[in-house]
Amino acid sequence: MTTLPQSTEKKLGLVIDLDTCVGCHACVISCKEWNTSNYGAPLSDMDAYGAEPVGTFLNRVHTFEVKQENKPAQVTHFPKSCLHCEDAPCVTVCPTGASYKRVEDGIVLVNESDCIGCGLCAWSCPYGAREMDAAEGVMKKCTLCVDRIYNENIPEEDRVPSCVRTCPAGARHFGDFADPESNVSILTAAREGFDLMPEQGTKPVNKYLPPRPKTDVEQIDILGPLLARQPEETGGFLGWLDRTLEKL
Amino acid sequence: MHPAISVIIFTALSGLGFGMMVFLGLGMLDVSGWVAFIFVAIAYALAGGGLLSSLFHLGHPERFLKAFTQWRSSWLSREGVLSMAAMGVFGIYALLWIFMDNRIEWLGYIAAFLSVLTIFSTSMIYAQMKSVPRWHTPMTSVMYLMYGLAGGALLTSQVVLAGWLMLALAIVQITTWVLGDGAFAKTGSDTGTATGLGFLGKVRLLEKPHTGTNYLMSEMIHVIGRKHIMKLRIIGLGLGSLIPAVLLLALPASHLIALVVILVHMVGLFVQRWLFFAEAEHVVGLYYGQR
Repeated sequence: MTTLPQSTEKKLGLVIDLDTCVGCHACVISCKEWNTSNYGAPLSDMDAYGAEPVGTFLNRVHTFEVKQENKPAQVTHFPKSCLHCEDAPCVTVCPTGASYKRVEDGIVLVNESDCIGCGLCAWSCPYGAREMDAAEGVMKKCTLCVDRIYNENIPEEDRVPSCVRTCPAGARHFGDFADPESNVSILTAAREGFDLMPEQGTKPVNKYLPPRPKTDVEQIDILGPLLARQPEETGGFLGWLDRTLEKL
Repeated sequence: MHPAISVIIFTALSGLGFGMMVFLGLGMLDVSGWVAFIFVAIAYALAGGGLLSSLFHLGHPERFLKAFTQWRSSWLSREGVLSMAAMGVFGIYALLWIFMDNRIEWLGYIAAFLSVLTIFSTSMIYAQMKSVPRWHTPMTSVMYLMYGLAGGALLTSQVVLAGWLMLALAIVQITTWVLGDGAFAKTGSDTGTATGLGFLGKVRLLEKPHTGTNYLMSEMIHVIGRKHIMKLRIIGLGLGSLIPAVLLLALPASHLIALVVILVHMVGLFVQRWLFFAEAEHVVGLYYGQR
């Protein structure tokens, strides 16, 4: 059924810390690896070793530059995957009911055996979170690693989305936004987490934490401490040596 | 947006076909027997051919029956259901008309009404897309309905009516372009809101996530041919509505002129539909430094 639930029991999602992300793309690769070999159709690559390789990814890292006039530029790495919106337009446009939002945890999923591959859900998503798999002809998207987070066959510390588990910088956090005491709720409140394109009215669940504004730091002359160095009075043998050498 | 040929054919031909069903259902065109059959067959060929073409756009066309299930929420599903209902009701009306020479007025009105609803639901597939600001306006529906009605009137030999509808269509088309040109800016979306980094300064893409292209870029970011947009608009407007209007209203009606006008209008219609997709910018382009 492609109507959206009135509310969901949990609101599982991610917090992505733009201040911490180093842009290593490890989340991109681990996402591709996990999701190509587990739930649903594999994430295919076309012309993988040819001149124009193209492939399906559920998570991609963009890099942006922010610049204020007369200030140094600041670079921000920007991982982007499905935001599991509360008011997800991709769900209601689906003509077959393949696209749905789960009542129990708010995860937006695609039932691939019902998907006709019309691509309308990808059009409706302002964030580019959905990609049609060229080999399979069905729509692929982030599942929040639904086959990991409830999986009792893997160690407990692995029961988080693959991108979160792999991030070497700790820039990605997974949790329940419906619980005000959860790690993600506390982080979002403490660091003033924000929504992407709020004007689209999609009410994303995933939140982004802002990078610290480095452009406001006063200009530091890195040679300053060296140039301004005052001769130090040193006693003892070294002091005598210093004075003697100075006289030569 | 990528102007896929299957979708251009789908919207253009099915609009004409259902436009014909509107006027035939309203009892216009005083013919019967074989002549009626030919008009009905053309209407079905256009509507059905258009719908069939849309199947080629699908990754799994064999599952198309599932698309009739979500009419409560999805405009695409509604379009499917309504088109079948319109063609079904019109079919009964047409059979009685052709073989019994009995045009049942109320049945025709229902068929006409369902045909209008079908064209409207086609337009809503696009007009509902908030992510494509140029489409997200009631003008999209007005435009689709006007193309369907003007083309339908033309194909059912309503010469004078078609002429005036073509003139109205030209005005609607120009208005849609003028309003559409400012639509993206009006949303307030830019790279700053897309990344949420606008508070830090001016945001620009430094590096794409990958060196090549991807599905999103080839589907939503169509920049080829944009430089010829003004020329194509003039061609689309001229052939699609203005020249047909002049020919229909100024010249004496004849089969030859009608045929010429139909051909001219259809070329214009295809140009306009190509532009409808090629001109439309998706907000996801903001993440790629392109629109």
